[in-house]
Amino acid sequence: MEYAERQLPGDGTMAVVYGCPTCAREIALLTNPMETRLVSGLGIQVGGRSVPDQPMELVRSALATGGGDAFADPASEPAVPTAGSVIWSEDARLRLQSVPSFVRGMVKKIYGEYAAEHGIHEITPEIMDRARVDLGLEGM
Amino acid sequence: MSVQPGPRAGGGHSIRTYHEVADPEAEGVVAQIRDQARRLTDRLSRVGAVVAVASGKGGVGKSAVTANLAAVLASRGRAVGAADIDLHGPTLACMLGASRAPLFVGEDGVQPARGTMDVRVMSMDLLLASADATVRWRGPEEGAFAWQGTLEAGTVREFLADTVWGDLDLLLLDLPPGTDRLARILEILPGLDALLLVTTPSEAARAAVARSARLAREAAIRLTGLVANMTAWRCPECGRETPLYETDGAERLAGDTGLVQWADIPFDPRLAVATDGGRPFAIVEPDAPASRAFRDLADRLEAEIGAPA
Repeated sequence: MEYAERQLPGDGTMAVVYGCPTCAREIALLTNPMETRLVSGLGIQVGGRSVPDQPMELVRSALATGGGDAFADPASEPAVPTAGSVIWSEDARLRLQSVPSFVRGMVKKIYGEYAAEHGIHEITPEIMDRARVDLGLEGM
Repeated sequence: MSVQPGPRAGGGHSIRTYHEVADPEAEGVVAQIRDQARRLTDRLSRVGAVVAVASGKGGVGKSAVTANLAAVLASRGRAVGAADIDLHGPTLACMLGASRAPLFVGEDGVQPARGTMDVRVMSMDLLLASADATVRWRGPEEGAFAWQGTLEAGTVREFLADTVWGDLDLLLLDLPPGTDRLARILEILPGLDALLLVTTPSEAARAAVARSARLAREAAIRLTGLVANMTAWRCPECGRETPLYETDGAERLAGDTGLVQWADIPFDPRLAVATDGGRPFAIVEPDAPASRAFRDLADRLEAEIGAPA
């Protein structure tokens, strides 16, 4: 069996799909919210990572009583657009704010590089959707 | 895991195992776990010695011993780190004068807070929203007992692996109460350089610490020293010593386990006031008997692990 994809329906469950390279039959491994949390508590992502893991990613994402300003990350806010650089539309900036702060800087960089490679001057939500599909990004 | 029906001599199914799938690395899980272990190893490769301070029982003064020992070592010019492994009762940052200090994230990891004598500190205290916030994790309430332990072990791993400790002579780990906590840290750090077991002369402490001593023996930790804390009260005027307990559980523990006592720290009411206020007692009152005992402990520890040149 080969790993095919991972699905996160958003209800705390997870489905990991494997396919047979010979007959194309697919089997899904399903985990309930407790099992999903148990796996994520190992600090790994089934199916591999689309974004490099960040320092103390596990505790920063899992701690419900954490101070939002405990970590000062200069890369977490979108930079002011300058002439010659990629511009973020207002809607795109708002969408970027929904990305967890500890990966926001990295995600912003990924979208920026995608836009530059494709000669795109302004990043919009539509461009972000296209980039997500092309780059295999999830939840961003 | 997937079930693979297939022909087998005599009939029946053949179940393939994880390692027989076409490309077990495709999921990246194994690679991620290896990467976690490598990050931890790489980070600690720049640490001269990792020393755990444990007990098995609460209230014997582990954190105060850790804070004062760290401060004494740092006052000698050693590069010292202090990791507060007590996630639910973090006090080390406060005792080292770094409570609520901001943390900065760089490409290489999280910069630790700097406490008294420039001791580098990492603690859950630095991550919580307020001084009295409890540690609560995001996740389903059902089965929380199962996933919270895994999550907290991962948090300890991140404290050790993702903090930019830099080049350290010693990294002290302040463990929470409970023999199981010592077992967990040994799973994460099987190559612990030294263990300090803190006890008081009370029989209850002796009994609890004896279990930790046995665990240390079974785990073949290279160096284990006994620290007897709050042993007696010495009059600051005449120096007369008055034991706080009728029996000396620490001495009995040493005799029963074969552990050597590395320090005998007398009780001093000023120690708690100073240390709880972020001013390690051994630094602010260097002539006090307890402070001399902390210096003796530092001497013994450095002699045992080999002091840096």
